Amino acid sequence: MTAVPSCVLQARGLGRSFPGVRALDDVSLCLRAGEVHALMGQNGAGKSTLIKVLTGVCPAERGTIELDGAAIEPTSPLHAQRLGLSTVYQEVNLCPNLSVAENILAGRYPRRAWWRGGGIDWAAVNTEAQRVLRGLQLDLEVTRQLSSYPVPIQQMVAIARATSVSARVLILDEPTSSLDDGEVKQLFALLGRLRQQGMAILFVTHFLDQVYAIADRITVLRNGGLVGEYRTSELSRGALIAAMVGRELAPVVASTSARPEVAREGPPVMQARQIGRKGLVHPTDLEIHAGEIVGVAGLLGSGRTELARLLFGLDRADGGALTVNGASAQLDSPAEAIALGIALCPEERKTEGLVLDLSVRENIVLALQARAGLVPALSVKEQRVIAERLVKALGIRTASLETPVGQLSGGNQQKVLLARWLATEPRLLILDEPTRGIDVGAKQEIMNEIVALARRGMSVLFISAEIEEVVRICDRVIVMRDRRKVRELPGGCDEHAVFESIARH
Amino acid sequence: MSTPSQGSLLARINAHALFWPVATLVLLLVVSAVANPGFLRIGWFEGHLSGNLIDVLNRAAPLMLVSIGMTLVIAVRGLDISVGAVVAISAAVAALLIGGSMSTGDAVQVSRFPLGVAIGGALVVAALCGLWNGLLVVRLGLQPIVATLILMVAGRGIAQLITDGQILTIYYSPYFYIGNGFLLGLPFALFIALLTAAAIHLALTHTALGLFVRSIGINPVAARVAGVRARLITISLYVFCGFTAGLAALIISSNVKSADGNNAGQLMELDAILAVTLGGTSLAGGRFSLAGTIIGALIIQTLTSMIYSMGVPPEVNLVVKALLVFAVMLLQSPDFRASVRRLVFRGEPGAAA
Repeated sequence: MTAVPSCVLQARGLGRSFPGVRALDDVSLCLRAGEVHALMGQNGAGKSTLIKVLTGVCPAERGTIELDGAAIEPTSPLHAQRLGLSTVYQEVNLCPNLSVAENILAGRYPRRAWWRGGGIDWAAVNTEAQRVLRGLQLDLEVTRQLSSYPVPIQQMVAIARATSVSARVLILDEPTSSLDDGEVKQLFALLGRLRQQGMAILFVTHFLDQVYAIADRITVLRNGGLVGEYRTSELSRGALIAAMVGRELAPVVASTSARPEVAREGPPVMQARQIGRKGLVHPTDLEIHAGEIVGVAGLLGSGRTELARLLFGLDRADGGALTVNGASAQLDSPAEAIALGIALCPEERKTEGLVLDLSVRENIVLALQARAGLVPALSVKEQRVIAERLVKALGIRTASLETPVGQLSGGNQQKVLLARWLATEPRLLILDEPTRGIDVGAKQEIMNEIVALARRGMSVLFISAEIEEVVRICDRVIVMRDRRKVRELPGGCDEHAVFESIARH
Repeated sequence: MSTPSQGSLLARINAHALFWPVATLVLLLVVSAVANPGFLRIGWFEGHLSGNLIDVLNRAAPLMLVSIGMTLVIAVRGLDISVGAVVAISAAVAALLIGGSMSTGDAVQVSRFPLGVAIGGALVVAALCGLWNGLLVVRLGLQPIVATLILMVAGRGIAQLITDGQILTIYYSPYFYIGNGFLLGLPFALFIALLTAAAIHLALTHTALGLFVRSIGINPVAARVAGVRARLITISLYVFCGFTAGLAALIISSNVKSADGNNAGQLMELDAILAVTLGGTSLAGGRFSLAGTIIGALIIQTLTSMIYSMGVPPEVNLVVKALLVFAVMLLQSPDFRASVRRLVFRGEPGAAA
């Protein structure tokens, strides 16, 4: 194609301020028919604000938005949807207790004629829903309850719903953050079909791979301002990251090759023999020595999180033996694991990790205090000293120690969680997806911190779906698939070796 | 225009969590005083203070106690609707252990078991009731309202089994001191309530209990992952809630000198939940205020006394109380206040912001 398709949606000079922050400043955006357009930027770059402005959640203070050449001023998400701008959010905003068809057509059910008794024409609801799904080549039973389908399918239903209201523009706000690779592929196939149908798609994500897999163009924001619009084919990954962070990233401090050999003397910090639980993880062997970083690579549902939960006493193992520092241990609760010097940063930061309404200070001291019990209680002064030290050490950006942790950005929340466990000075730190959903800069800082901790003698079990991360910093990599350990590879090995083990074994 | 410092002071007072509960209580007292000029009068009678206000304090003591226990249970996302029934059980146990009859003139000073045993027995049974509730909620994972509904319904039956279906009259006069006695001129029951409140306040502020309770209330899963023994603490708070109901039972049975399995502590669970809510504690857990709860209990008792002192006929008593509670709730609702403000200031510049 030589002709540049003209913009379906053209935003010019958008600006929006919140008290004390200029969240969006003179940002322009052009979405073209039949293109997937990625919106990239670190946390706080203004991505969310831009979407809120486009969808009418908080209208722009400056600038114009044109849809097909006509100026529009969306005042609410519903209004935006009527205009032809549909949005699908990260969390599925549907009713899990209703059927697929009911969800797709909610709010605009076809009705029976009055002489047939009026009311909703359920047969028409179902056939219409089927028609919508067939248009997207999705084969679902429309009468089944939505919750009986897995989350990725629910997300596709949400997209089907969004596109069925004669949308011109589809906005996807981090739709892939809870999907594994296979599911992402399915979603991308769907996006591909929508693209062919001439839909203009705006796609927000943190995953670079996905941007390069699907996006035609990329718009990069930084600190509320526009950095630029690029063709994906003309922008290298390095250049994209540089555009997002505004600097060339320093490489991770240590690759495994540069690290001193881990001393394998003395008993391992943790040794698991045939540890497992029916329905969660098949019996698994595992050994971690002091100062070692062991990676666990695997897809969602491969048993990696379940393994971490067993090793932390969140679930009880129904077989096998566990020794910690050479002594056999039976873990029935997290409190017992913590007493033995084990720590876990759970995958679900907001639901299982942080207490969002509590302050940064309280979140940081929580595990330390929990290990000490009710008494002696750390005084507020002591708490401040501990929190202050870790906030500095990890570079946590927060207005104050008393700020509720829910107000921090994702990367800083993750660091607070890490700080909580570092305060307990654990021997073994289990990190489950510590870099998910946070921006590139914070990701790098957390990876550096992990390597530094291991150098000081802490053992780390590092669970991540980003194989490249795992291979780069781990001494050994355990590959999991279908709830079992399928292979153990040395650190610094080829990414493709890991991919292959995951794919077939 | 006010100076900035005045403005910020007013704003600070207004923003304080206890502002609206206290304002409500003061308003009720003023209304009572207007309706009945003698309401605020405090006299000295037979070596202690007397008057309507003192009476309110005395009668509010059991509700304060139950509400304190309820506050902590609600703070960890729980609820205990069995406290009224626990009051009945505990009162029955106390009356049974004291026993006694008025067959002879001297029997008045005789009790079946020593007073300490009777009091201790009643409190232990009340705590066991709390343990039962806690185990149902934590171990079996029942919804708190359902779990405690069991004891709410069964409790009255248990109390009547203990009293053999009778209203047990207590004839042992030292026991009467708990609910009718005075210390330093003030009702003894008030001291029990305030001491309990002070003890739990100290526990919340000088141990890590406050931090743990708030983290469990806000996010029980995260609290457990952080190593907080959330289950143990939650069960303990149910036990404490039962214990406070036991204390209330001692005061009530001592006050009326009998234990009535059917009516002791009747609907007290609802008054307690109301007191907790009036005090600014969130029913969603995590955010709670002990001082607010105590003021809430005083609000409810003031309301009740007000209705009696205004001479409202008994048959419309409950309707009047409901209307007053409704008005109090509206007054405390930020949404309602905001819409009133919009209505009042409509058209004035700057009012919309």
